[in-house]
Amino acid sequence: MEAASAPLPELASVPWRGRENASTLRRRERLWSLYTTAHVVPFIAAAAGLMYLNVLAGPVAFVALMHAWVIPELYAFRGASVVRPKGPRHEQAEKVAQGFLGDLLGHDARDLQRDTGLALERGKLGTWLVGEAGALLVREKRVHCFCVQATDRDLPPSDRVAHLLLALRTDEEGFATVANHAFAGAPWRVRRRLDRDMRPALEKALAASVRPLPQPSRSL
Amino acid sequence: MGRLIRMDSSGHSTLADWSATDERAYDAALEAFRRELEEGYIAVVSEGEGHATQVSELPPDAELVIMRRPIAGG
Repeated sequence: MEAASAPLPELASVPWRGRENASTLRRRERLWSLYTTAHVVPFIAAAAGLMYLNVLAGPVAFVALMHAWVIPELYAFRGASVVRPKGPRHEQAEKVAQGFLGDLLGHDARDLQRDTGLALERGKLGTWLVGEAGALLVREKRVHCFCVQATDRDLPPSDRVAHLLLALRTDEEGFATVANHAFAGAPWRVRRRLDRDMRPALEKALAASVRPLPQPSRSL
Repeated sequence: MGRLIRMDSSGHSTLADWSATDERAYDAALEAFRRELEEGYIAVVSEGEGHATQVSELPPDAELVIMRRPIAGG
């Protein structure tokens, strides 16, 4: 994607937010790593301490270890949930909307979207996977989860994806700013919590995120 | 040949078609375009994979202008 010609008008609805960019995303990645460590380490330390003091405290130590495991999993679950299908399916209108979305996507991305429900879009911030009510941004070794959707709830699913895709193509940083950031973490953590059908899309995005951005084509 | 479409609950609706040489068709498309803007739609010109530009006037030479609803954090 090229630099935006104009900022997204939706930015006016979130004037208190600073514009997202590669630097702010890196900061989010570090904060989420710290946040996870801050949750996990005390529980593991507590479990180890309890076992050291008295082996009979084993069950309590086990509960502490479960907390160390469950809390980061819950955050990853919340993150992966942003791309789960939501809302009415509108099966008749969906056929029309699917054709239109297909026109917006390249051949490979179109097939991927039909198989997984996620539209792959390469940007300057990373590789995006756009769903009906959210998007994943894959950046090297981290995945960011954004909750964002079209305000019209009566749209068929593919039109919801197309809305997000067009906004993303118009102003990538603005899109990331308007969206609510839900989670950032290692790809394997998000992958485990994605629906099985969606996992190939994450694998493609991970592969795409390490390849140089192709030269733009203007086919539509 | 230009085409103005709106993404809506039907999938999408074609609101107008025009060509650079047909002034009346363009004027009709312009009227439809402004009406949609007043309704709160946002106009985007799709320029192929990875590219889209938001517009506030109907470009006579655009092939496809798409009216979309605003997005918001969920």
